[in-house]
Amino acid sequence: MTTFVFGDKEIAAQPGQSVGAALIAAGYRSWRTTRHGGAPRGVFCGIGVCFDCLVVVNGRPNQRACLTEVYDGDEVRPQEGTGHDS
Amino acid sequence: MLVIGAGIVGAACAYYCAQAGLRVGVVERGAVAGGTTSAGEGNILVSDKAPGPELDLALLSAGLWAELGERFGDRIELHHKGGVVVARTPDAAAGLDTLIGRQRACGIDVTRVGAAGLAELEPRLTRDVACGAYYPQDMQVQPMLAAAELLRRSGATVHTGTEVVGFRLRGGAVTGVRTSSGVLDARWVINAAGTWGGEVAALAGAPVPVLPRRGFILVTEPLPPVIRHKVYTADYVANVASDDAGLETSLVVEGTRAGTVLIGASRERVGFDRTMSLPVLRKLAAQAVGLFPFLAEVSVLRSYVGFRPYCPDHLPVIGPDPRAPGLVHACGHEGAGIGLAAATGHLIAQTLTGATPELDLRPFRPDRFEAVA
Repeated sequence: MTTFVFGDKEIAAQPGQSVGAALIAAGYRSWRTTRHGGAPRGVFCGIGVCFDCLVVVNGRPNQRACLTEVYDGDEVRPQEGTGHDS
Repeated sequence: MLVIGAGIVGAACAYYCAQAGLRVGVVERGAVAGGTTSAGEGNILVSDKAPGPELDLALLSAGLWAELGERFGDRIELHHKGGVVVARTPDAAAGLDTLIGRQRACGIDVTRVGAAGLAELEPRLTRDVACGAYYPQDMQVQPMLAAAELLRRSGATVHTGTEVVGFRLRGGAVTGVRTSSGVLDARWVINAAGTWGGEVAALAGAPVPVLPRRGFILVTEPLPPVIRHKVYTADYVANVASDDAGLETSLVVEGTRAGTVLIGASRERVGFDRTMSLPVLRKLAAQAVGLFPFLAEVSVLRSYVGFRPYCPDHLPVIGPDPRAPGLVHACGHEGAGIGLAAATGHLIAQTLTGATPELDLRPFRPDRFEAVA
C-alpha cells in the first residue's frame, strides 16, 4: 500500500495510481484555487489537457494531478494561484 | 470595400477604412485571428528594425498603436512595456552599438545600458552579459483581442468560414470575389490574407511572392510578474534579416498578462509543415535558460506553431495593384504583422479615400518583384 500526505492528512493510494485518482477516491473534489477570483478546481478533463487539476507535489507547483503518479511518502499540497506566490 | 482576411492586418484595414467613411465587408476562410495573428507574441517593435522603409512604417505604426491603446484601454491588453536587447559577447555588443547609432539617427528612442543597468531592468537576467539597449517605444498587445476589437469597432459585416475561390473581373479590373458561399461585389478588394496572400493574388492574375517562414513558441506555466520587458538577444535582428533557409533560433522572451512566459523564436523555411519539432523546442528552451537561469525550474505547458508571411526582400506588400485595378494588397509583413498592422490599415484608408499617404508606398509596391525579374 502507498501512503502520501495531503495537507495534514495521511492518504492511502493504490500503487501506480495518479495523485488525482487517489484524491478523488479519498473524497476530495477540488484542491486548487484559480489565479483570478480564487474559484475551486479539481479534475476536469482527466487526461492532461486542461491544466485545471494543478497541485503542489513535493514542493513543485503546477503538477497535473491527473498525470502525476503518486509515490509512497509524497507530500502533496493544495495550490493557490500560480503556486509561485510566496 | 471588401477585405480578404480577418487577421490583424485585415482588421486594421477594416477599422481605418470605416473611420474614413467607407462601407466595409470582411471575408475570412477560417475564424477571426485564426492564422498567423494567433501564432505570435503580439510584438509592436521598433527595436528590431534597421533604418529603411520598414522602420519608417514601424515608427508610424507605433504612434497609431499608442492611440488605439488609449481608445480601447484594457480590452486589447496593450502594454507599453519597452524592449531590452541583450548582447552576450563583445562581437554582439559591437554590432548592437552600430545599430543603436543608426537607429538613433532615425528618431528611435534608445538607451545603451551596461551590465549593471541590465540587472536593474531585468533582475532575473543572467549576469553573463556584455551590454544591452533599452527601447521604451516597444509595446506588446494581445493580437486576437485587438483583431476582434478592431473588427467590432469597424462595424464591418464579417463573413467567417467563407473562402475566396476566385475574382470577378470586368475589363481587367477587379469588381468583387467569388466565395464558397456566393458572390461579393466591391469597389475595392483588399488582399490581407497574410501568409496565404500569394495564393489570393494569384487568383486575380497579379502574383506577389509571399512565402511561409515557420516559427515555434513555447508557453510556460503562469508565474507572478518576473520578466518585465520584451527581452531578446542581439542576434535576433541579424536572424530576422537573414536569407538562410535552415533553422535559425534567436531568443525572444516576454511575460503576458495571463502570467505565462512566451519563448521564441525559431525560423525555418519548410513550407506549410505543422509537424511539431522537438529539436527546435529543445533549442529554444536551452537558450531561454541561458538568458534567464530561473527558467530551468519552470515547466512548459505547451508550444504553438505558425507561419510568418515573408517576401524575398523582407518588406510587406502594401498598396493598389496596377496589374489588376480594384485590387489592393496588405500582406507579407513577415514576423512584424501585428506591429505594422495599424500603419498598414491607416495607409490603405488614405489611399482609398484619395488622400496622400503619410508614407511613400513605393518600397512596398506589389509589382516590384516583376521589375527585378
